[in-house]
Amino acid sequence: MSYFSDAWNWLIASQNWHGSNGIPIRLAQHLEYTGLALIIALVIAIPAGLAMGHLRRGGFAVVTIANFGRALPTLGLLVLIFVLTSGSILSWLIPLVALAIPPMLVNTYEGVLGVDRELTDAARGMGMTEWQILRKAEIPVALPLILLGVRTSAIQVVATATIAAYIGLGGLGRYIIDGLARDEYNVVAGGAVVIILLALAVQGLFTLLRRVIVPAGLRGQAQNS
Amino acid sequence: MPHKKFTAVGLAAVACVAVAACSSGGSGKSSSSSGSNPLAPSASNSVVVGSANFPEDELLAQIYADALTSAGVKVTTKFNIGAREVYYPEVVKGAISIIPEYNGALLTTSVDKTSTATSTADVDAALKAKLPSTAEILNSSAAQDKDSITVTQANATKYHLTSIADLSSVAKDWVIGGPSEFQTRADGIVGLKKVYGLTFKSFSPLDESGPITLAALTSGKVQAADVFTTTPQIITDKLVSLSDPKNMFAAQNVLPLVYKKAASAKVVSTLNSVSAKLTTAGLLAMDKSLSVDHQSYTTVASNWLSQNGLK
Repeated sequence: MSYFSDAWNWLIASQNWHGSNGIPIRLAQHLEYTGLALIIALVIAIPAGLAMGHLRRGGFAVVTIANFGRALPTLGLLVLIFVLTSGSILSWLIPLVALAIPPMLVNTYEGVLGVDRELTDAARGMGMTEWQILRKAEIPVALPLILLGVRTSAIQVVATATIAAYIGLGGLGRYIIDGLARDEYNVVAGGAVVIILLALAVQGLFTLLRRVIVPAGLRGQAQNS
Repeated sequence: MPHKKFTAVGLAAVACVAVAACSSGGSGKSSSSSGSNPLAPSASNSVVVGSANFPEDELLAQIYADALTSAGVKVTTKFNIGAREVYYPEVVKGAISIIPEYNGALLTTSVDKTSTATSTADVDAALKAKLPSTAEILNSSAAQDKDSITVTQANATKYHLTSIADLSSVAKDWVIGGPSEFQTRADGIVGLKKVYGLTFKSFSPLDESGPITLAALTSGKVQAADVFTTTPQIITDKLVSLSDPKNMFAAQNVLPLVYKKAASAKVVSTLNSVSAKLTTAGLLAMDKSLSVDHQSYTTVASNWLSQNGLK
């Protein structure tokens, strides 16, 4: 139980909020890694999911990619790529992107696929082009699920970006790795608390985003992850 | 009726497998004297050679076992026991007669955590003074598997580096890498400053002489790194381990830790002969044969013993 009070004391100590190993800097680095991985995953997964969902093809590929991505040993991949590329940025970028793609891809695909066929038929009947159907009919209806996919990816990547610290980089993982190496368990616990709070903040951000982006009439769907 | 026949055949098959399993149990590396109390001391001309759960220690144990067998001692082996916390009490009790150890680590982990001895002589003396009465160490070999500050061959040649002291001209421009605790422990950054007066440009936390550290060193992400002296990549990547004349890193000589009652004159003289021939370079070459050339423990051990006239 004293780990909680140790973590608390570490969190409120002012020296841990300043300097190059302070919480603000580590947080900023952590968000950098998370942000870059998420953006790249978005660019890859969303268009692919939209296309496959709209054309109603590639379902098997989507499921396979999703399972493969979830089974990947992130830390193992990190070390492997680090050794192969002599420590390039790909070392942590590839594992995090690989982790982020499956939820986005699957949810986007399922979201578009699940749009009521009568709706798309009606849109086609009105003379809309395939592109217009996707933009005006399918995406708005699939939006809750797509957003859910992005949220799931974001939280997973925030939690896993700690691995960057294993190859000497920064981020909140620094507290976990250094704390463990030096038997400073208050630092480990404190660092873990910060990561948890960050994940909760991401969750809160997406809840807000949902309220803003998703049309009121569709908000009742896809409540659970 | 087919259903009944199937069941009968199935039961017979299971029975056969069970009998076979029971009778073949105990073969292979972890055999122990059958039937007797595993914690009782062995008879005087038969010993139990154990090893920790990492390849180098298992190799050394294989060498000890092989040498003893050639000398006519009856040997049973118990390899891959676990970490020191597990096997050390077993040696003190006598369940294990002999295990290859590293004097510095043995001293500060299990015998005297407060010891500040760093040279081979001091560490051995401290061990002899503080080991429990049932156990003893035999002669230490010249072979050491210790931390070292290691650089690439190119840098060693360019800046004429042979010892850690030679780094004074380049340290302020160099990044040094090592495990995260290198930054805070006494024989790390702190020791480099105190003992050799070196301050590096920055420190990069990597892993403990593992793939991350070695990749960072060879690719130039760090210019110096904390690498163990018997890491095979020293040979394959052409690295140079700088010497440590002021003993900032405590000595880690390979030596046998033995249970006194099992240490007959023959056992002691055989193991001392092995230790007399063991060198860091020899151990490094053997580790390379094991992990890079994928030779078996028995082959590597046997070759080394033959080459050194101990078999």
